[in-house]
Amino acid sequence: MTDTTQTLPDMTPATAMIRTLGLIAALCGLIIVAAYQGTYNAVQENKRIAVERAVLKVIPTAKSIVEYYALADGRLEKVGAGNTASSAVSSAAPGEGAIKFHAGYDASGKLVGIAAEGVAKGYADNVRILFAWNPVKSEISGYSVVASRETPGIGDKVGVDKGFLANFPLDAKLTADGKALAHEIRTVKHGSKANPWEVDAIAGATITSRAVGKAINEAAQALLPRIAPHLDTMKEKP
Amino acid sequence: MSQTTVTTWEEFMEGVWRQNPIFVMVLGMCPALAVTVSAVNALSMGLATTFVLTSSALLVSLLRKMIPKEVRIATYIVIIATFVTVVDYLIQAVSLALYDALGAFIQLIVVNCIILGRAEAHASKHPPLPAVINALGMSAGFTIGLFALGAVREILGAGTLFGIALFGANFQPWVVMVLPPGGFFVLGMWLLIFAAWGRWRQRRQARLAEVTQHA
Repeated sequence: MTDTTQTLPDMTPATAMIRTLGLIAALCGLIIVAAYQGTYNAVQENKRIAVERAVLKVIPTAKSIVEYYALADGRLEKVGAGNTASSAVSSAAPGEGAIKFHAGYDASGKLVGIAAEGVAKGYADNVRILFAWNPVKSEISGYSVVASRETPGIGDKVGVDKGFLANFPLDAKLTADGKALAHEIRTVKHGSKANPWEVDAIAGATITSRAVGKAINEAAQALLPRIAPHLDTMKEKP
Repeated sequence: MSQTTVTTWEEFMEGVWRQNPIFVMVLGMCPALAVTVSAVNALSMGLATTFVLTSSALLVSLLRKMIPKEVRIATYIVIIATFVTVVDYLIQAVSLALYDALGAFIQLIVVNCIILGRAEAHASKHPPLPAVINALGMSAGFTIGLFALGAVREILGAGTLFGIALFGANFQPWVVMVLPPGGFFVLGMWLLIFAAWGRWRQRRQARLAEVTQHA
């Protein structure tokens, strides 16, 4: 342990310390900015592919996807429409209460499903899910987990458990006035599912199962009444 | 440890084997226990750490003559944090699924004691080449350690390796192995094996010494 700098008796002048720290900070700043710039496009592309893949997973018959906002005043707006200059930055939500959703179209341009995100508190943290709604049959045709911190091997089974996935499709008809779902989607205890709008929980993962049911219900209650009046115009790919 | 006596290969193997960060020094336990639920996660964490450890060792070694000792820790942390940020972006660019799986533990590489320890104890006192070789050896040892944990936990806890099912559909996974306690079980098992092996080797050497004395 004979470091030459440690055996020097005199103190390092403050200017030398500041100079070194400043120089290293500048160098490190340069490296970080270079890495950020260098990976920016790949990261954005990855994020887009991840969303697209998740949507295609819940709407397997879809061939192309169009993103919309369902605005609070009942209108629909295509993501990126109107502001072509900043269309790449689609994260800028237009107005309060807008809900983003994805419309999936098949090869011939027919609407085959609508996918949207839902979120509810699970066992460890929020469980974010993506569910698909079939406009023809008015049912939730499937779902997938977008992000969760649920216990591996227990709570995270909701994404893969065959028995749980057999809950779908779920009945999601709207009431006569189109203001809400005719039947609230809810999670029931394992083995007691009696109606097509109930979610049969996984034994041992009840809390996570309930979060999935709640996430779908809340998102569907908010989004589907807004979409329903526009289904005719959305039927064909724009 | 003068450079002339230590060949590069020995320098490299030092970290892989005799001073393996996981099994011998028992350092860096936070990522070692937390992210090793699958072989892929363990390997990626190992590679991310390899990148940070090697790059920071190189930079620290290059700058070692101009870093005043009073601010050396601050300097090392800034350098390490820089490369952690770089690896964070790189992983996002490679795979978002992997990024989500590793979670906060990528950022936590900053406080991985192996990296700061290497910068302080080795890279700051050696020229770039030996510093990088030592860092590579340590990283290899760390990655092997993580992989040994991750592979065993994935096989026992999920019945798969690299996501490929090893057993039939009737296999009931030993779920606790992919839960936090499983990390401790498997780590303890590996440490036991290494300790037993070390003692066996010691006894054999003692016996050999005895034999040569008698002869």
